[in-house]
Amino acid sequence: MKILVCISHVPDTTSKIAFTDNNTKFDTSGVQFVIGPYDDYALARAVELKASHGASVTVLNVGEASTEPTIRKALAIGADEAIRVNAFPSDSHFVASQIAEVAKQGSYDLILMGRESIDFNGGMVHGMVAEMLGMPSVSPVMRLDIEGDLAKMSREIEGGHEEVEVKLPFVAGCQEPIAEWKIPNMRGIMSARTKPLNVLEPVEVGEFSVVENYELPPAKGEVRMVDADNVEELVRLLKEEAKVL
Amino acid sequence: MSVLVFIESSEGEIRKSSLEAVSYAAALDRGEVIALAIGEAEESALAKAGISGASRVLHAKDEQLKEDNIMAYASVVAEAMEKENAEILVLAKSSLGDAVASRVAIKSNAALASNVVELPDFSAGFKVKRGIYTGKAFVNVDLKAEKKILAIKKNAVPLKEDGAPCAVDAFASTVNEADFALKITGVEKAEGEILLPEAEIVVSGGRGMKGPENWHILEDLAKSLGAATGCSKPVSDMEWRPHHEHVGQTGIKVSPNLYIAVGISGAIQHLAGVNSSKCLVVINKDPEAPFFKAADYGIVGDAFEIVPKLTAAIKALNA
Ligand SMILES: Cc1cc2nc3c(=O)[nH]c(=O)nc-3n(C[C@H](O)[C@H](O)[C@H](O)COP(=O)(O)OP(=O)(O)OC[C@H]3O[C@@H](n4cnc5c(N)ncnc54)[C@H](O)[C@@H]3O)c2cc1C
Ligand SMILES: Nc1ncnc2c1ncn2[C@@H]1O[C@H](COP(=O)(O)O)[C@@H](O)[C@H]1O
Repeated sequence: MKILVCISHVPDTTSKIAFTDNNTKFDTSGVQFVIGPYDDYALARAVELKASHGASVTVLNVGEASTEPTIRKALAIGADEAIRVNAFPSDSHFVASQIAEVAKQGSYDLILMGRESIDFNGGMVHGMVAEMLGMPSVSPVMRLDIEGDLAKMSREIEGGHEEVEVKLPFVAGCQEPIAEWKIPNMRGIMSARTKPLNVLEPVEVGEFSVVENYELPPAKGEVRMVDADNVEELVRLLKEEAKVL
Repeated sequence: MSVLVFIESSEGEIRKSSLEAVSYAAALDRGEVIALAIGEAEESALAKAGISGASRVLHAKDEQLKEDNIMAYASVVAEAMEKENAEILVLAKSSLGDAVASRVAIKSNAALASNVVELPDFSAGFKVKRGIYTGKAFVNVDLKAEKKILAIKKNAVPLKEDGAPCAVDAFASTVNEADFALKITGVEKAEGEILLPEAEIVVSGGRGMKGPENWHILEDLAKSLGAATGCSKPVSDMEWRPHHEHVGQTGIKVSPNLYIAVGISGAIQHLAGVNSSKCLVVINKDPEAPFFKAADYGIVGDAFEIVPKLTAAIKALNA
């Protein structure tokens, strides 16, 4: 079984978000970049499937050279090889087109992604890739078991979950508790240095969307404290001042 | 030219988020607003899309479309866009909406913007504002393709309620067998509960609640408010509450009018799921809890004393 895991390279969840150049560029100063947390679940499940089913795991990132430490971390966690498509991930259409191209070349049995990236938050790339490849897509997946050429999954829906079955190949967007996040060990870190990381040039894609500028939400006002012995006052404020009751 | 709106129903009625999408489509003012419903639904319920601004509803009710089958739904939506000569597809951001939108974007060669929070600016191009970095920022993007798909963030745009019910016409779609590759073998869904992502008020509990046996005090408060219940990640990790109630960076992102956080410290990953709430109330016994910095109103004290008093005060208000 050949598994492709698509990872995004995103600011750590505790990062302060800021912009420079007249709000046209993301401010990377002081920001630590990590594998997208959902993509980390996808990778963890792939590494488990490698152990249980003897799969090979390829990680793929569409990004500039600065993403390589993130890719090496994925190799340290247990992927066998990596591909970086050398381009800035400008929009979901562009990223999906690059992933679909790699997938066509490699004929993977399983394409795992995160349910969404935590920077652009589209939750869209997996559906796009699947449509480009004419495959089914399932997201967000909380459980994934492979039996022969059949996958059995549990997908979260509003207020519950749905059990689905599909034949390989397909695309899945993963989320917890599909697997436990894996922390690279020393041996993994050492071997990651010598695992292949192939850099490919992007395929050309028409222009679908162009970023004009970024904005931060308006600053929050001061919190108004209410005495613990006076909850009636809170109710009054919610009704008369905030007008939410 | 027209605007097509894919609408979802739950428990027999069009979802509020879908009505927001219809309202948004009407406010676009880019031609006739046509709603499309797929699967089982009562015509009388679907006609209510008119109240939010649809001029008619198309209903694809083929027996095969009874279950939410993503590929088949995407084919039906793309077909309807084509037949109705729709320039824009609008839908509510949801687990089904996202999946459908992403496939239709490829089928129809459309530009796609998700998490849209405002009407577009048509003055130079087609600029839309969408939420990014889990609610911590916004981006303005110019959509370049001829066709556009807009997935609207829940509770972010005004609901129009002054129209009249409209006609509902059957939509005959030509789905093909390949669209049914995915088999849905079971569905488990909480019945009769207010859905967390749609809720206008959310009462959420953290590790400060000490254990699942104490949740009834939050449930009583939620009931008095007509609210949904949520929780922090450790609470669902420990299985005190089901996974689909977990709010935050790695869980559900909510945008209610009122979010009441009880015994939750306010870690940045939790805040990421609640930062677009209109009003945040925090109840925590620790005056230094980080959540107070993000709150509109706060009470320092023991949840086990304050919450029952709050429930009583709400009941008194409603009486
Ligand atoms: C990558 C990543 C993703 C994450 N994603 C999420 C996410 O999506 N959602 C999420 O919630 N967390 C997430 N977390 C975890 C997050 O960092 C926090 O650990 C978590 O939110 C803490 O949950 P809590 O506030 O319930 O518990 P605690 O931090 O233990 O806080 C409990 C609070 O209850 C208060 N308290 C105790 N007793 C009482 C009482 N009797 N009355 C009133 N108050 C009381 C305490 O003062 C304290 O503030 C994530 C972490 C990581 C690393
Ligand atoms: N630049 C990228 N390179 C590789 N995979 C990506 C990239 N961006 C997004 N993905 C994958 O697509 C998923 C959904 O992304 P999105 O649609 O942006 O929310 C992510 O969880 C990743 O698995």
